[in-house]
Amino acid sequence: MKVLVPIKRVIDYNVKVRVKADHSGVDLANVKMAMNPFCEIAVEEAVRLKEKGVVTEIVAVSVGPKAAQEQLRTAMALGADRSILVETDEATQPLGIAKALKAIVDEEKPELVILGKQAIDDDNNQTGQMLAALTGMAQGTFASEVNVEEGKVKVTREIDGGLQTIELKLPAVVTTDLRLNEPRYASLPNIMKAKKKPMDVKSPADLGVDLTPRVTIEKVETPAERKAGVMVGSVDELVDKLKNEAKVI
Amino acid sequence: MSVLVYAEHDNATLNPVTLSVLAAAKELDGDITVLVAGKGCGAVAEAAAKAEGVSKVLCADNDAYEHQLAENIADLVAEVGADYSHILAAATTTGKNFAPRVAALLDVAQISEISDVVDGDTFRRPIYAGNAIATVKCTDAKKVITVRGTSFDGVAAEGGSASVENLDVVKESGLSTFIGEELAKSDRPELTAADIVISGGRGMGNGDNFEILYKVADKLGAAVGASRAAVDAGFVPNDMQVGQTGKIVAPQLYIAVGISGAIQHLAGMKDSKVIVAINKDEEAPIFQVADYGLVADLFEAVPELDSKL
Repeated sequence: MKVLVPIKRVIDYNVKVRVKADHSGVDLANVKMAMNPFCEIAVEEAVRLKEKGVVTEIVAVSVGPKAAQEQLRTAMALGADRSILVETDEATQPLGIAKALKAIVDEEKPELVILGKQAIDDDNNQTGQMLAALTGMAQGTFASEVNVEEGKVKVTREIDGGLQTIELKLPAVVTTDLRLNEPRYASLPNIMKAKKKPMDVKSPADLGVDLTPRVTIEKVETPAERKAGVMVGSVDELVDKLKNEAKVI
Repeated sequence: MSVLVYAEHDNATLNPVTLSVLAAAKELDGDITVLVAGKGCGAVAEAAAKAEGVSKVLCADNDAYEHQLAENIADLVAEVGADYSHILAAATTTGKNFAPRVAALLDVAQISEISDVVDGDTFRRPIYAGNAIATVKCTDAKKVITVRGTSFDGVAAEGGSASVENLDVVKESGLSTFIGEELAKSDRPELTAADIVISGGRGMGNGDNFEILYKVADKLGAAVGASRAAVDAGFVPNDMQVGQTGKIVAPQLYIAVGISGAIQHLAGMKDSKVIVAINKDEEAPIFQVADYGLVADLFEAVPELDSKL
């Protein structure tokens, strides 16, 4: 079966972000960018399913700027067979991305779509669920275990109280949680091979989708700073401060 | 404005996070209806009817809603929500699961984890793991929103007297089936609702060592949390994780033990009123946000703390 893996180019997770002085957003100039960590887990899961013989083809897709080609090459170096870039300079939002992905799903007809549960920049946690709604597919979000069986997929989900297992009819959408797997590193020969793998570049107009943002960002601010605290010398002093100064115990 | 609030529950009791969502709904100055969907959830509907500010409760009691499967719930909420200007749910794993699906069915944007209501179209929400706060405006006809529970003080659970109306709308998509669940059992308070949280990180060394935290927690009536490092190392189950990808807490007192303080962990706890850090590495970033820091070996400091409480 065919698997579609949508990925996103985001700021590297180790970077301490800086809000722009004019409050228009976060400064992304000259900042290290990378594949969203949850997307890496999605790629890894697809590759593992291929290694198990369940999956025959992995198509990576990204909706974003030209530079996202880099992340698609990474996905192919990790094991995706080919990729599609829906190129846009517009700021992307979940509903628009989900619509673009639906158009790709209609063309490619994958049996499984695996996405990350959220991107670490916008922290939305929406795209997979929206894609499932638009395509009328079942959804298995926050997955920590995925087992494909005959015509079905069993997904163990991380929920607030613990774990929940559900069974979905294929085709289905799955979004990955951190504990689903440990992504591998791309080896140099695989990075070289990935350069020869096919990448299709499309425009939102080719797909007939409108990516105009529905939500406008009015202002971006730095959160209130916490006041510098004090260091205490002993447990006695700590207990005393908590009892008499902070009055929290 | 008319607001539909989706009640979070386990079919028996109303989750207090719903009271926080109601507080956010109240700021919208509209008529508030609560939707309770589940199986045998009559008691939940009764509880919701007593909450402050609720004018009506709709109760959809059917097998199809027992496990809050996103496909069925989203179809229900999208249909019932057609008459409302705002649809609100808690930013829990349940809310995050179905709310985007509802928004897409209604062809509107969804706004995740709001921490503030500016006006009916404008909200504030944290982005980049809480390192920036965005003010966002949405002009879609309907707003589908998830609310960060810790950012709103819940409305009173008693005092209201809303009417309960039964709904016989049954949505059964047949796309997904519930197989089973494994819930962590604990006598301690729920992590996101606790006044005091004590969390352990990789410095705890192993799962058995968490016992020393449990002892302190029991004395303080605290919940016990963990960093991702502690969860990934298998010390404790994942539902104890505090952070960007785990739970968001904002207790009166947060005690971080053996936690370095990575950005992703801070995202989940830096709105706590008082933060205490116990770590043997004086360079650990956690000390930059701690109100009280103690540089010490946790295996000596925590038992000593326990004996002095």
